[in-house]
Amino acid sequence: MSVSTPPTTSHFTERLTLHYDPGLKRNRFNQVANAIAAFFAALAVVPLFLVLIYVLIQGGQLLSLRLLTELPPAPGLEGGGIGNAILGTIVVTLIASLIAIPVGVGGGVYLSEYAQDGWFSKFVRFGNDVLAGVPSIICGVFIYSLIVTTRLFFDQSFSAMAGGIALSVLMLPTVIKTTYEGLLLVPQEMRMGAYGVGASRFVTITQITLPAAFTPIATGVVLGIARAAGETAPLIFTALFSPFWPEGLFNPIATMSVLIFNFAIMPYEAQNELAWAASFVLVIMILGANLLARWISSATRA
Amino acid sequence: MAAQRYRSLTAVKPSLNAGAETRAQIRWNVHADRHYSCMRSATPIDAFTLRRRPPQEKLFDIGFRQLTLVLAASVGIVLLAIFLTVFSGAREAMATFGLKFLTTSAWDPVNEQYGALIAIYGTLVTAILSLLIAVPIGLGTAIFITEDLIPSRLRGLIGLLVELLAAIPSVVLGLWAIFVMEPAIRPFLSLLHTTLGWTPFFSTAPQGPGTAPAILILVVMVLPIITAISRDALNQVPIELRQGAYGVGTTRWGAIFNVILPAAVSSIMGGVMLSLGRAMGETMAVTMIIGNSLNFSVSLLAPGNTIASMLANQFGEADGIQVSALMYAAVVLMILTFVVNVLAQWIVRRLSLRY
Repeated sequence: MSVSTPPTTSHFTERLTLHYDPGLKRNRFNQVANAIAAFFAALAVVPLFLVLIYVLIQGGQLLSLRLLTELPPAPGLEGGGIGNAILGTIVVTLIASLIAIPVGVGGGVYLSEYAQDGWFSKFVRFGNDVLAGVPSIICGVFIYSLIVTTRLFFDQSFSAMAGGIALSVLMLPTVIKTTYEGLLLVPQEMRMGAYGVGASRFVTITQITLPAAFTPIATGVVLGIARAAGETAPLIFTALFSPFWPEGLFNPIATMSVLIFNFAIMPYEAQNELAWAASFVLVIMILGANLLARWISSATRA
Repeated sequence: MAAQRYRSLTAVKPSLNAGAETRAQIRWNVHADRHYSCMRSATPIDAFTLRRRPPQEKLFDIGFRQLTLVLAASVGIVLLAIFLTVFSGAREAMATFGLKFLTTSAWDPVNEQYGALIAIYGTLVTAILSLLIAVPIGLGTAIFITEDLIPSRLRGLIGLLVELLAAIPSVVLGLWAIFVMEPAIRPFLSLLHTTLGWTPFFSTAPQGPGTAPAILILVVMVLPIITAISRDALNQVPIELRQGAYGVGTTRWGAIFNVILPAAVSSIMGGVMLSLGRAMGETMAVTMIIGNSLNFSVSLLAPGNTIASMLANQFGEADGIQVSALMYAAVVLMILTFVVNVLAQWIVRRLSLRY
């Protein structure tokens, strides 16, 4: 081991090297990198503002009671509203939620509370991730072949029901995953306590574990519903579109997302305007749901 | 016997009195739960909670268990059904066109000649190029909001805004792309054409919808995913690594590039692969802006096509073997996204650093 002689610098310069020197190469590099990161962050936020501003301006100025309650006009005509599409979006999303939430919560309960760490639970979790990655248009193709072409429901081809089922396939992985992860966060002591006072498995899960995990599950479910409400691809050829008021669950139904798609590519001014208006309503609904989800998770955490 | 049963219950989790205050502790407890889930579940506790109960209660409890089992199995059933349905729909086209389908670009409903090369090429090019743009921006944003460069409230706000961007439906982004973005960027695309027009990639004049606007709207769509996953990955890097790096005298970006990014690279790569799958399967915004051309063009400024947009456009009106050909294209898309997603999971699991 060699003993190095102390550097022959004065006390003053030695102190100086400990000071921050902005001219150093590494410090200049740091400044540049900071600036680049800040620029990228700004770049990432800009599209949200641009989209929101345009949707709010273009769609907001059309907002009126007539818009929310009337039917869309025939091509070439002025006026009209998107009342049927708003109702349709609510109906289809409701169908999807009524299917996906019970199935998803049940599946999540099984994975978290019952499953042994065997091949089955591994397979379900893997399958859940794969299902979450299946493109939404494929869900549409799947339901189209399974329900629409086979005329499964009362000999009806395109129907609100088919659209709702297609959306439920999309929602399912989100609900399962959030339920599973939410239940894992419930302290083991709560289950033990419930078993200790003589509760059965079923009572423990429904009375203790699920309520304790309500916040994360509700957050995930609201986010899943919001995502489903904005989906278009699975609806184009399952729920199709209808210029009329909904005629029951087993007939084609108008939804806002399909209305935007159909009307955006029409060469008529009135239709394009309705597309913007529908975007406005849809974006407000979805952002509202997102903020609601955030509020749920923050309000109960405190 | 009873003592043994009691021990098996209390041994389920060792940290019965662990106060899980910190995030790390919570995460650890989650991990422990997962680890001990084999002990917690099934027979021992069932035998304990179900002994000396009326038969109908026992039946109810076991019935609930079986019900949740069936519901969990529904994931597998749905997945299997999707694969089977799409495969069986594609069988006719597979028999007729074989693997030639993947390498020919004819899409001719009149003569019933189908090849998906344009759509496959478009799917891959739009997805990969959009990621090439989105990954640096998303990663930069993630670093910016995990470092302490600005007050934490502001950082939280940027994170929230980026996540809200992910919530905007793709059809709204498509509408915005048609009426706002595409006219706004056309001068830049024209400039690209006039300056770089000698390369095949910019050889056509931009005229409305095309591959380049589609790539840009895909960037907007995958950016929140990449940012969110990278942010989580960076947040999970133990503080000790950063302290160690600063302790040996490195700068902020020295620590980021040499310590923090390498420690988080597996999750980030997994997130990138996931967004690649999302970008390939993305339908609406791309359909509305890509132009849905049936002619092959290398130029990014010309209209193109992707598998997803081809499905969205033609599936409703197709009949006969065209449906089958579209199903075949759907199979290709499904295999592509499946491989990418499985690869993503594999990367996260296998490449994660043990620190």
